[in-house]
Amino acid sequence: MTTVARRRPRAPRSPRGAFRSAVRSATRAVRGIAPIWLILAAAVALVVWRDPAFAEPHSLMAFLKRGAPLIILALGQLFVIVAGDLDLSVGALVTACVVIAARLGAGDPARTWWVICLLVAFGLLVGVVNGLVTAVLRVPSFITTLGTMLVLNGAVFLWTGGSPTGSLADNLRRLGRGSIPDVPVVGQLPYAVIAAALAVAVGYLLLRRTHFGSQIFATGGGPRTAWLSGVDTVRIRVGTFVVSALSGVAAAVLLAGFAGLSANAGDGYEFQAISAVVFGGAVLGGGRGRISAAVGGALTLLVLFTLLNLLGFAKPLRDTVQGFMIIGAAVFTAYRLRRPR
Amino acid sequence: MTAVAGLLIRRPRIGRHQSSWPVWLVLALVFGASWIVVNGAGGDFVTTRNLQNIALRSVALGLVAIGQTLVVLAGSLDMSVAYTVSMSAIATSVVMDGRPDRMVLGVAAALAVGAAVGLTNGLVIAGLGVNAFIATFGVSLIVRGALNATFDNVAGSVPAGFQTLGYGAVGGIPVGVLLLAGVVAAAWYLMHRARFGYHVYAVGGNLESARLSGISTLRVLVAVHVLCGVCAALSGVFLASRLGAGSPWVGPQGGYDLESIAAVVLGGVALGGGRGRLLGTIGSVLMLAVVDSVFNHFEANSFLRTLVRGVIIVGAVALYARRGDRAQQPPS
Repeated sequence: MTTVARRRPRAPRSPRGAFRSAVRSATRAVRGIAPIWLILAAAVALVVWRDPAFAEPHSLMAFLKRGAPLIILALGQLFVIVAGDLDLSVGALVTACVVIAARLGAGDPARTWWVICLLVAFGLLVGVVNGLVTAVLRVPSFITTLGTMLVLNGAVFLWTGGSPTGSLADNLRRLGRGSIPDVPVVGQLPYAVIAAALAVAVGYLLLRRTHFGSQIFATGGGPRTAWLSGVDTVRIRVGTFVVSALSGVAAAVLLAGFAGLSANAGDGYEFQAISAVVFGGAVLGGGRGRISAAVGGALTLLVLFTLLNLLGFAKPLRDTVQGFMIIGAAVFTAYRLRRPR
Repeated sequence: MTAVAGLLIRRPRIGRHQSSWPVWLVLALVFGASWIVVNGAGGDFVTTRNLQNIALRSVALGLVAIGQTLVVLAGSLDMSVAYTVSMSAIATSVVMDGRPDRMVLGVAAALAVGAAVGLTNGLVIAGLGVNAFIATFGVSLIVRGALNATFDNVAGSVPAGFQTLGYGAVGGIPVGVLLLAGVVAAAWYLMHRARFGYHVYAVGGNLESARLSGISTLRVLVAVHVLCGVCAALSGVFLASRLGAGSPWVGPQGGYDLESIAAVVLGGVALGGGRGRLLGTIGSVLMLAVVDSVFNHFEANSFLRTLVRGVIIVGAVALYARRGDRAQQPPS
């Protein structure tokens, strides 16, 4: 960074020079923004153009509330991807958590806190198992988490006999559904939005302000180099899987709130989370990725879905657009990495 | 560099020279165990009918898994096979539309669809430098959206004569199994007797070294993806013949994308590419079919089957990783 600062042009003397340098620094500033934010801004503009009510605080909050689980899952997935792995098991974990919460909570508000503690413990267990199998037994994370997905799906449905029973307690559901009333400016502030904001803050601090975070980048950038320079890569990789699994638990609690009990609560979320992270310019294979860009990716995905809905596209075409987007984003990232700086 | 050195010096028996006998040994053990368990419970495991069923069960997954093996050996991955299967099954039945005179046309259309999807995959991966998982997953989403938006039910139908492929038998051997055997033989020749196979192993072993030694890596990667698409399309044709018509959900319902990758790694092919044998994949596909048939015999819960499958896959790959480690680098 210091070299860049030193090379900056001297203060301009003439007004014309001042204008030129202002333009130049503006272009540099635009280039510095991750492209995902420009796409997001364009998509939001289109949505607001079609439906001006979208820009109103309460519908914006409702939108963010619905998007909170994906944002949280994308953050968790980002940790795993930056460390060079992949977590396909979060969708199944979300389903498992929702089903467990309904079955063990049985709609009794008094049990809610125990159930949440249990879910966190369950998430820890899944994350540690994923991490140990991947890092110690050296199974590719794709296969490990695919196996976890199969085991979780099989076990949950075996346990419930195919159709989940029990019910979700009201105070558990309030975490996802409810909101703080009478907040200035936004009107109602959903708990889910607060949770997402907290997750972003914690994710940022963890990835950018701790040794754990820097060691994740080191592990993803070059596991062997990281190992030789004293990083305990096994611990780091287990750590990232635990972060991802805990994000799955958090998303499950929110989803249980507003989507309710269903046997496919988490279906497809793992792939949506991976898509969001890739939109944000992270590279599968590790070593690159930003918290802000992953959040931008998740928001873009959600805004695009809203846009397609508004434009009256058939629901399946969402997939097609997501497919084009994900390839486009990956092509762009690959091009930027290849281009000499 | 160490990887290359290890390939040349420390482990001479690697890559194409690695044998697939452990997979077949395990298959024999699993088969024997299933025989004992089923017969012990008063059933009869080794009947012509049951063996035919096991073989037929392997055909659809086997065809997809052969293509997937080529792709994985070249160091790539194909997540789009499930929807390629659906799309080609629909192409078959829509083009045939119940008319016997259009059988050849229908099969040709299906194969063309498969080749087109494979070509797209290959060009995006090798030409634009996109990670294989992301590229094929994106293509899979595009195909899925297009299919679900166009067809919401079973589409078209195949003529009665075409169902011979799914149900007929020649001398006790189902026609589908003959098809699978033919494709295996062709792929085996291509991988282990033709120059193309050497190139695939070289590209999978180390892309950069392969390129520097004069192999057109772009051409090899595109070729394996096209072949994988064609294999998936053959599976779609087989399923259309068996079910009488194609539908958008035939591929994803069979879970061919993840199942085929699982079968490939279960057969001892390394996910990073360059190591493993084609016949290992076939062994593991048969193994999965034998396990399935035991579960079927006991009318076990299909969720239990999913669970057991997950454990088997992870366990097997962990064992392979152990075995591969011994002569390789210290933990990274």
